[in-house]
Amino acid sequence: MTAKDLSKDEFFYGHKACAGCGGSLAVRNALKVIGKNAFAVLPAGCMSAVGFNFPQLCFANNAIISTFAGTASMLTGIEAGLRAKGATDFTAVGFAGDGGTADIGIQALSGAIDRNDNILYICYDNEAYMNTGIQKSGLTPFGAKTTTTPSGKNIHGNIRPKKNMFEIVSAHDIAYSATASIGYMEDFLNKVKKACEIRGTKYIHVIAPCPTGWGIPVSNTVEIAREIVDCGLWYLAEYENGEFTLNHDPKEFTGVVEYLKKQSRFRHLTDDDIQIIIQSRDAKWEKIRRDWRR
Amino acid sequence: MKPYLREKKNFGFSDIPGSTSFEAGYLVSVNSGWRSIKPVVNMEKCIGCMQCYLYCPDGAISIENKKAVIDYDFCKGCGICQKICKLNAIEMEAER
Repeated sequence: MTAKDLSKDEFFYGHKACAGCGGSLAVRNALKVIGKNAFAVLPAGCMSAVGFNFPQLCFANNAIISTFAGTASMLTGIEAGLRAKGATDFTAVGFAGDGGTADIGIQALSGAIDRNDNILYICYDNEAYMNTGIQKSGLTPFGAKTTTTPSGKNIHGNIRPKKNMFEIVSAHDIAYSATASIGYMEDFLNKVKKACEIRGTKYIHVIAPCPTGWGIPVSNTVEIAREIVDCGLWYLAEYENGEFTLNHDPKEFTGVVEYLKKQSRFRHLTDDDIQIIIQSRDAKWEKIRRDWRR
Repeated sequence: MKPYLREKKNFGFSDIPGSTSFEAGYLVSVNSGWRSIKPVVNMEKCIGCMQCYLYCPDGAISIENKKAVIDYDFCKGCGICQKICKLNAIEMEAER
């Protein structure tokens, strides 16, 4: 899918997200792929905070705020309710942030995958609880400075690595799951389109940088979302029929140091910290290249 | 089709539905006041490649007659469009 194939309609318009917001770009374009029959569920998080400010209601399709933990369970209910009413042509889609997915909503998501409900769950991952002022989530990467993992003389930001949410979800033997980045938009659009055509539970994990929380200029959102893939700290992959497939295999990685030093959340890192990040990247890619289809 | 701007009115209790639902796509305020710089399209350079339209977080760019057109009511001036344009057809100008 390219820009030409997208619906001209805008389904997420006039919202109050910060300038240069990556999450709002993911939501906007996913809804353009799904179309007007999307029934969107948004838990507490940036996208519900910026989309529903009564009477400024920015979704043009059906959309509802769920409990923080209940994105997937509300999707289950909406899908079952619409089916009971005889509707056939619709997509129940959830947009939850990284905290709402990997920490607070993981139980409901796991349950929905277990039941194989026909829903699409999109996690826009900005790597911390940005809406409440940048607190660490389970998807905050090693070394990142947040308000709950500050950097000081002894501890340099977050001491734990990012949860591997894509593989946690895939380990349920889900119908379809994928990773994406808003920097590679065509890839993301294709995955949303593919997910809409599959029956069962679908999960897409899209990296969506947050200029405020990452400490980058607002015009750099898309560039940094490309760079995280190019330097190997994120990967574009799919899981289907019990198999992992790598979609994009960079011949040579771009510099991790350059990527990190562009962001104020990483600026305090020492050379030793950066070596830990590079080593964990290399170990991850060794496994990916050995075990996944390419 | 997209959500459009309507006249702002004061909602009384009688206007609010009994349940927590309301009409979708109901806009009463613009975002133009957020900008300190604004993108301006050079119509001679623009070939309508749609990249700015694809990457605008606010959906404020549409392509009409193969040229990028910006809705300044909802552009927040982030400048992603300027960086994404391979032809340098968009320039950021100071708001006055």
